[in-house]
Amino acid sequence: MDFPVFHLDVLGNRGLIAGIAVLHVLINHGLAVGLMPLVACMEWYGHRKRDARWDALAYRILFCAFIVTTTAGALTGVGIWLSVSLVNPYSIGSLLRVFFWAWFVEWLVFITEVCLILAYTLTWKTWREGAAKRRHIRLGFALGLFSWITMAIIVSILGFMMDPGNWLADNTLFSGFTNPVYLPQLAFRTPLAATMAGVIALVLVPFFVGRDDPFRREAIRAVAVWTLLFCPFIVAGGYWYYGAVPEAMKDNLAVSVLTLQFSGWLDEFLLLVVGTAIAIVVVVQVAIVRPGLVPRTALVLPLLAILWLTAHFERVREFIRKPYVIGRYMYANGLRVDDYALLRRDGLLAYATYSNPLTPAEQASVPAALPPAERAAALDRLQKGKDVFMNACSRCHTTHGVNGVADHLHRMFGNRVWTPDLTGDYLANMHNAQPYMPPFPGSQAELGFLSTYLEQLQANREPVPGAQQAGITVRPESGSKLAVGERR
Amino acid sequence: MNPVPVPRDLPLPLPAPEPLLVALLIVFFLMHIVFVNFMVGGAIISAYYELRGLRERRYVRLAYEIASTITANKSIAVVLGVGPLLAINTLYTVYFYTANALTGTFWISIIPLVVIAFLLTYAHKYLWHRMENRKGLHVVLILAACAIFLFIPLIFLANVNLMLFPEKWPTVRGFFSALALPNVLPRYFHFLLACPAMTGLLMVWMFRRRSAAALVETGWQRDELVRAGYRWALWPTVAQFVVGPVVLLTLPETAEPARMLMPMFGAAMLLSIWMTMLMYVETRRPAGRIGASFAAICALMFAIVGLMGTGRHVYREAAIAPHRELVRAKTEDFARRAAEANRAAGVEGEGRRP
Repeated sequence: MDFPVFHLDVLGNRGLIAGIAVLHVLINHGLAVGLMPLVACMEWYGHRKRDARWDALAYRILFCAFIVTTTAGALTGVGIWLSVSLVNPYSIGSLLRVFFWAWFVEWLVFITEVCLILAYTLTWKTWREGAAKRRHIRLGFALGLFSWITMAIIVSILGFMMDPGNWLADNTLFSGFTNPVYLPQLAFRTPLAATMAGVIALVLVPFFVGRDDPFRREAIRAVAVWTLLFCPFIVAGGYWYYGAVPEAMKDNLAVSVLTLQFSGWLDEFLLLVVGTAIAIVVVVQVAIVRPGLVPRTALVLPLLAILWLTAHFERVREFIRKPYVIGRYMYANGLRVDDYALLRRDGLLAYATYSNPLTPAEQASVPAALPPAERAAALDRLQKGKDVFMNACSRCHTTHGVNGVADHLHRMFGNRVWTPDLTGDYLANMHNAQPYMPPFPGSQAELGFLSTYLEQLQANREPVPGAQQAGITVRPESGSKLAVGERR
Repeated sequence: MNPVPVPRDLPLPLPAPEPLLVALLIVFFLMHIVFVNFMVGGAIISAYYELRGLRERRYVRLAYEIASTITANKSIAVVLGVGPLLAINTLYTVYFYTANALTGTFWISIIPLVVIAFLLTYAHKYLWHRMENRKGLHVVLILAACAIFLFIPLIFLANVNLMLFPEKWPTVRGFFSALALPNVLPRYFHFLLACPAMTGLLMVWMFRRRSAAALVETGWQRDELVRAGYRWALWPTVAQFVVGPVVLLTLPETAEPARMLMPMFGAAMLLSIWMTMLMYVETRRPAGRIGASFAAICALMFAIVGLMGTGRHVYREAAIAPHRELVRAKTEDFARRAAEANRAAGVEGEGRRP
């Protein structure tokens, strides 16, 4: 529509965001929010017990976290932003205008966090004794607090995307920030981060403390106690969150039967939480009671479990807010709910600024033998169909890649010819059958164009390039030959 | 002639008065870019000294001193970049996101490239002593980081340049064609020269007051180090007197005349002449007095950078102001039509879902 369409036709646009975002969440929760307080606790404990082994272990764990968080951690945070602004500029642009000051404050906290982690790591070897050491320990706890605050702010924005609450009525930052999903989600993520840090530390300890060193058992037991301590809170937070989401979704979804489909996803999520917690508890219990018995490979198990849980949790979170990208305000295709009436009446393309040039493979789907006028008309229909596809479908779907429309059509219609009649009827009512799909945003004629475009996908398996490769053309009716063009 | 695309803006108001957002953008961008200069300049200078150190041992210690600054500066550079990114996303949504999308593959590759470069600088710093016997490989680490650091600014410059020229958007086919637009490369060289210059001043700041005991460890005299810093600052700045005017002359003509631009850059030029003379005088000063003009040089640099940053904004506004009016008109027109269509369909307020 108003931005050139960046498109990855093999990996899928959501794949790009998901890859970066999941990596970021794992690093942020596991190595920053959860691990910094754990490291500070180790340092404090070592100082209290006058036991330098704790200090040495804490520093080594911190150093690992320092390297990863200040490279991949910081950059994937920016990366989420860059990838979302490529894939769905409408949603991130809107979120920025609502949450600008929240983001701004989060940025100030982030600056503090980075300065603190630099100071905490780089002064470890010099602030060793007496008052300096006590100051250093306080620095560690401050770092933990600021890491948590950055997460606490961002979680609000994630909650907002699921359910904007009263913001839809009064449009203020406060009502957006205090959306109904916010606190339950924060209550879930906080112990999740602490537990994740515990299981990461459990994997790291054997790297830094030798097998025969009795301290290894002591350290594993202590870290296991930390991990176990937060497990019940994950389940409690998860349960609260589980209760808050359907409440929010009730407003989102008009038809009650559709809610069932979402609660299916939610039930799966709850089972995952409980299952993962049990798996972690079992390993951790053994680690507490018989730390010497736990082999290194067993310590990796809770880590894999919790990484998988977190990644899956993010996936479910992404899924259950559909068909919206911002609940009841904007659909996943980047089109505002309030614009639908106009777009359906006048057509999506009537207000589209750009067109996405046809590839040679797409052009070849129109028989060359047709009389020139007929061929030109067919190419024009195909072009319009492609533009509808790129604007209405391509934010979530590829043609033949991940979540490809061709696969879906094949599943539904098999090898029958995907004629416009066959697919058009389905597309018109798709959002009723599949509650996570937005309704078709364009006119009846455009539904026909889209169906024509889909038909050629049955034979044409060439990937469709996005604007980053193929560029764009300006739709003649939308451009302007005005004074601006007078530049030399 | 291609029609100039006129997209619609997002129909949400700016979250703050525009001048405030502009002030945030300019101030925080300048803070960000100074640390980027330290980071890139630090990598280049450290690599240079390490290469010299292959023949002359005393340079190795100096290379290590500079290398130690890169990793902290790079963290601050990244974190300070987020604020201006927030502001530019909000103020220039249509322009910035369009440029991003048109150069998308390279735009997103900034993330893995920066991660790799940062990991290389960490390896270079923290494996310094362990790789004593593998010097060649160790130099390769910092050279690889330099190569990445030198490439990434091209991606940013291609974007901030492309966003200013809506009439070029339909002609662009990927990153390299955006790179080929006039003015990108001169601006790149302008940035490149600023890196060793700023890092040279950082060196002066680092060594000017360092304790005698710590200086002995480096194996260098204080005045030698301060002079070396000033030389890094001086000669690239002299070269800016050629590159700067080229940047100015290759700026495409704006839709609206940018009247304030010439006086601002003129003032910056005069201050630069003054600053360069002071730098030159400093390099010639005896050991006892070297560094006496450091505060004055920093103040002048501060003023010059401020003028450049503000001038850059003045140019940007002049380039897109008329187009912005068209965007605004189109956005309002669309909002009117959407409201009217909603009224006709009776979906206002209740039952938003079609």
